[in-house]
Amino acid sequence: MNQWQNFTKGFIKDNPVFVLLLGLCPTLGVTTSAINGLGMGLATTFVLLMSNTVVTLIKNFIPVKVRIPSFIVIIASFVTIVELVMQGFLPALFEQLGLFIPLIVVNCLVLGRAEAFASKNDFISSVLDGLGMGLGFTFALTLLGAVREILGSGAIFGWDFVTGDGMLVFVLAPGAFIALGYLIAIMNKFNKAS
Amino acid sequence: MEYIIIIITAIFVNNIVLAQFLGICPFLGVSGKVSTSVGMSGAVMFVMTIATIVTWLIQNYILIPFSLEFLQTITFILVIASLVQMVEIILKKVSPPLYQALGIFLPLMTTNCAILGVAILTMQNDYNLMQGVVFAIANAIGFGIALLLFSSIREHLDLLDVPKGMRGVPIAFVAAGILALAFMGFAGLV
Repeated sequence: MNQWQNFTKGFIKDNPVFVLLLGLCPTLGVTTSAINGLGMGLATTFVLLMSNTVVTLIKNFIPVKVRIPSFIVIIASFVTIVELVMQGFLPALFEQLGLFIPLIVVNCLVLGRAEAFASKNDFISSVLDGLGMGLGFTFALTLLGAVREILGSGAIFGWDFVTGDGMLVFVLAPGAFIALGYLIAIMNKFNKAS
Repeated sequence: MEYIIIIITAIFVNNIVLAQFLGICPFLGVSGKVSTSVGMSGAVMFVMTIATIVTWLIQNYILIPFSLEFLQTITFILVIASLVQMVEIILKKVSPPLYQALGIFLPLMTTNCAILGVAILTMQNDYNLMQGVVFAIANAIGFGIALLLFSSIREHLDLLDVPKGMRGVPIAFVAAGILALAFMGFAGLV
């Protein structure tokens, strides 16, 4: 039961974006469409899963004083892997996400989970935590991307169901803030009810 | 003229927080009070300028000559992390009053994506060292302006009767959205 909770807590109860408010820069920056949100979320999930796995395996060998720089090096290595793989196999998505791919390094969510969870818990819990948090992050990004795409351009995952222009403001910067504000309010309501 | 364009673009047209979404964490985290946001802006300007200079030198004199550009992310974040530590130690010795003012904000700087973001953007735009420095300072000013405006708005928000579900973070986001809408008025300025 406990392991199951480690996995599921990232979706609603401790959702990294809606509840913990971590990793907001990519959340706002790349979610102009649902597919961009999904791509960014999966890239972050991979980094989070791998960094949690490595950190929990070597936690006993890292001196406490240099643990943060060590975590950053581990995270940066996996980010570089994602960067190169995405550039090679998904060049279009890589162009879209641009600057935010290298910036996964400074995503407070990844470092936060390494420091607060993986460096203190056993292997299975840390892997499940990384996967669950990553998928919760992906869920939040995809949801925000979908809302902005539906309102902004009348489409979902690139499929136009409304002809003509939508409310352009939701694709632009201000819409990101406003849409996320309302989504957080709805999520708060939902969390209190359950 | 070229510098003026860089400055206006970075501060108003492509404001680092409100148009490019970098540094949102400190933007929300420390914007509760005007006084803390002034301290944070100072610390950001300090670290951002130094980090841009150092990463520019590393990029152009080490990474490019040895064709190691793919190590950019790892190198830059390590440089920034150690730089933050170094600045903290030096400030403590050299200028205790400044350390008192900026002290608590410095450790947060490592995970502030605005710092790494500006360093990478400087390389992507192929700026020379002088342009890079101007770009970094202008972005820091843009960050400061956005943070200051936003913290003033939030101080007022505390006094208002906001509907229950929207209190706290949600209303702050909506306010930030309206502020971003105002900054969109600068589009097409240059």
